[in-house]
Amino acid sequence: MVEKSTAIPGIVLDNEFSDSRWKQRLESLIGFGSMAGADFVEIFLENTDNVGFLAEQDTITSVNPSFAKGAGIRVFSGKRDGFVSTNDLSEKGLKDALLQALGMLELDIGINKKNAFLGLNNLKDFGSKKNNWLFECPSLEEGCKKILNGTSLLNRKGNHLQARRGSYSRSWQEVLVAASDGTFARDIRLHQSIGLNVLAADGDHRSSIGRRYGTSGKPRQLKEWDPESSASDVCESALKMLYAEYVHAGQMPAVLANKFGGVIFHEACGHLLETTQIERGTSPFSDKIGQSIANEAVTAIDEGDSNGAFGSLSMDDEGMEPQKTVLIENGILKNFLSDRAGELRTGHPRTGSGRRQSHTYAAASRMRNTYIKKGSFKPNQLIESVDKGLYCKSMGGGSVGPTGQFNFSVEEAYLIENGKIGKPVKGATLIGEAKQILPRITMCADDLDLAAGFCGSISGNINVTVGQPHIKVNSITVGGR
Amino acid sequence: MDTYNPANQKLIEANNILDRINQITKGKPITKWDIGASCSKDNSVQVDKGEAKQMKGSQRSAITVRVWNQEGIVGITSTSDLSDCGLEKAIYGAYQASLYGNKDEIPSFSPLSKAPLPELNRPIKNSIGITKLLELLKDSENKLLAKHPAIKSVPYNGLAESNYERVYINSDGAIREMERSQATLYLYAKAEETSRKPRSSGSLRLALGIEDLDIEGCIAETAEKTISHLNYQPIDTGNYLVCFKPEAFLDLISAFSNIFNARAILDGVSLSKRDSIGKRISVPSFSLYDNGLNPAYIGASSFDGEGTPTKGICLVDGGEIKNFLHSESTARTFGVNPTGHAGLGAKASVGPDWLEVKRSSKYDLENSKYSLKTTKTTFVLIESLNALHAGVKASQGSFSLPFDGWLVKDGEKISVEAATVAGDIRDLLQQIVDIEQEEITTYHGISPHIWVDNLTITGEA
Repeated sequence: MVEKSTAIPGIVLDNEFSDSRWKQRLESLIGFGSMAGADFVEIFLENTDNVGFLAEQDTITSVNPSFAKGAGIRVFSGKRDGFVSTNDLSEKGLKDALLQALGMLELDIGINKKNAFLGLNNLKDFGSKKNNWLFECPSLEEGCKKILNGTSLLNRKGNHLQARRGSYSRSWQEVLVAASDGTFARDIRLHQSIGLNVLAADGDHRSSIGRRYGTSGKPRQLKEWDPESSASDVCESALKMLYAEYVHAGQMPAVLANKFGGVIFHEACGHLLETTQIERGTSPFSDKIGQSIANEAVTAIDEGDSNGAFGSLSMDDEGMEPQKTVLIENGILKNFLSDRAGELRTGHPRTGSGRRQSHTYAAASRMRNTYIKKGSFKPNQLIESVDKGLYCKSMGGGSVGPTGQFNFSVEEAYLIENGKIGKPVKGATLIGEAKQILPRITMCADDLDLAAGFCGSISGNINVTVGQPHIKVNSITVGGR
Repeated sequence: MDTYNPANQKLIEANNILDRINQITKGKPITKWDIGASCSKDNSVQVDKGEAKQMKGSQRSAITVRVWNQEGIVGITSTSDLSDCGLEKAIYGAYQASLYGNKDEIPSFSPLSKAPLPELNRPIKNSIGITKLLELLKDSENKLLAKHPAIKSVPYNGLAESNYERVYINSDGAIREMERSQATLYLYAKAEETSRKPRSSGSLRLALGIEDLDIEGCIAETAEKTISHLNYQPIDTGNYLVCFKPEAFLDLISAFSNIFNARAILDGVSLSKRDSIGKRISVPSFSLYDNGLNPAYIGASSFDGEGTPTKGICLVDGGEIKNFLHSESTARTFGVNPTGHAGLGAKASVGPDWLEVKRSSKYDLENSKYSLKTTKTTFVLIESLNALHAGVKASQGSFSLPFDGWLVKDGEKISVEAATVAGDIRDLLQQIVDIEQEEITTYHGISPHIWVDNLTITGEA
């Protein structure tokens, strides 16, 4: 125990769910649930091994390894479902959880109503070629050096920096999904993200800028990350925004930059296309399939198979392979994102979008990599088309109300005057409602790019990608001072 | 059959954990250790138009282990696996992490980790089980829908009960244990009228147990709030006199609690500096306390993540900063005692428990200008602020937040269709023009209505 391990602390030395004995245990449990009268039984097993660390200024100030195991058991009776999660993966622990879920639905345990369960299919092992991913990740020492290099570069490239932070997080997850329709699938997921943040201060002037870079399934991401260009990008933005004046509120055209600009589509429209919203009756688009809901310049996609993208999956958390789902095509609403419960309750077919943060959540229809497709314009043509407006180079976070109204902060913005990018402004927020804004996206450039993010919703926080080319919104409310 | 209900059993045994960790660390190059562990059992239900939608149950456990290696450096690991194997792996992980620990700032045990704990006097309430939860929630949904014909659905709702236990143990002999029961009800209704946009609003209630929940109050408040937004109009962009309802003001001041956070100050990301004690940050009539022991605080703990007893503390009095919130490490740096506001970490986080906004003794009654009940001047009444995670730049002081509220003219309330309020917290605290007398207890603190002049509001065109 005295030697310095080359591995990151907490590293799992076995792949728990590759053990074939699980099949027998799970079949027994699912058979029990089916005999009690459940229409559907699903068991989700999870084994995680995560680490995160933080560098502040030129010191590693926090190293946080964590690991967990658990199960989520979901039982359906008609359209109702009972869900129980537990950390206890013993035979008794899982049986107790199943009994609790069956009890919630008042299913008569011990009375054999029916048993349509024919056993699990052969294991579909999406993780078989990923067993070494964890070991291919950088050691803690390598990781710390790289992140410290990042904060050191911030110091070299930045001015008036009061705080410099670099962070790294690695999330490794092994999952096994078994269900009474025979679904039996295993996967290993690896997500890594790197963040650089600065707070610049000069007298009363302050600006804080952050960037995150995330991938899935790329153990060498941290090794291949270029801290030089990331640090330059962050420092340049921080300095520009440090002395920026507050933007004046009003209604104006806006050009939203590519990459993280896509967060607005994700929040303001994407969530309203999830069947969880359709079920609740909170989406204004629930009866609009085949109808125009956006400008014909807009085609929007949600998919789970872009190589290495933060929201990519080999299978969703219900064991289904992800699909490329066309949400909007030339302005016409084509599809919703659906999971198992969504299909059951709304009739919209599953799209491989059943996702959850962990075993403590039931899966729900969620986005993966969501983006507006590229158009035919060059980015500068969008800027040149605006006499007076706002260029939103970098978006902050935002939120969407239950009836579709959204609000997003703009981290880095510039005025557009006479078709040219002018002075930086701060304090801008974009306010609107998806139904009104989608028809106002009139121009899409040809520079589609994606950005990693985290999305919090009904089934917890999940990794997603947002994206778009530069787009122009003809008119949007800008909040300011 | 009855629902399966395994509640009312002891979830976590501190002495058992202590024995096992002593065994595991024996002979290892670990000079001292401490742990924080928790276990919980929860039941929750959601309904949709009179039918059960989802019922959930969970058993969760978590443990965070902190170890000091032979060089005195700290490492930490968290796990949900409380088995011997899980604990051993966590201690190994924490030891490995300690080899990369921060030599410049080493946390230690809180000097108060064995000090007497305050009496919380929170009786533990029994679980009622999922079947009764479901009946209660169906009934609540029905009653809410019956309140007004425009209320068409309750798309977000939930009734939950939980039992939670937590321990803090260190190798110096500190053993802290606490347990808590909690019940939660939220109702979020959607109302629609022909040719008008749907409007929605909601309410939340917390209590120690289901039988203590103010269910009728939650139904009535949700209905009242939702209906009050049916008659809406856009608001002109401009500067307004604003009255914050207590919930809204508490949300705002909580989002900027880094002003009082010693951790943030040391990290250079607070609006305060080390020498800010005694500095004026608001009008003299404003005072702010943090009091995690307030009887109304349902989620209260008698000790923090480092085992320090929870206590009430004055943060601002008469407009001047009086104290900061501390962990063991920040307190040592500032030369004071920890205040009971820390998490457990290699670098412990710090945060407030339960904020209480009050008029200070410097409040001049004779200059009292505004009152929600009598003011006839035009003002904006902000009921709740949204998207705080996105619209608050805590290290810069600025905020730009969508809100639900009303434009009040001559006492008549007209719901604001969609709007954002923006400003700087430092300016806002200086622009407070009145603090009402009545202190209102909410689920996350206490505050009167707060009146602020000249805030920018952007309406959606």
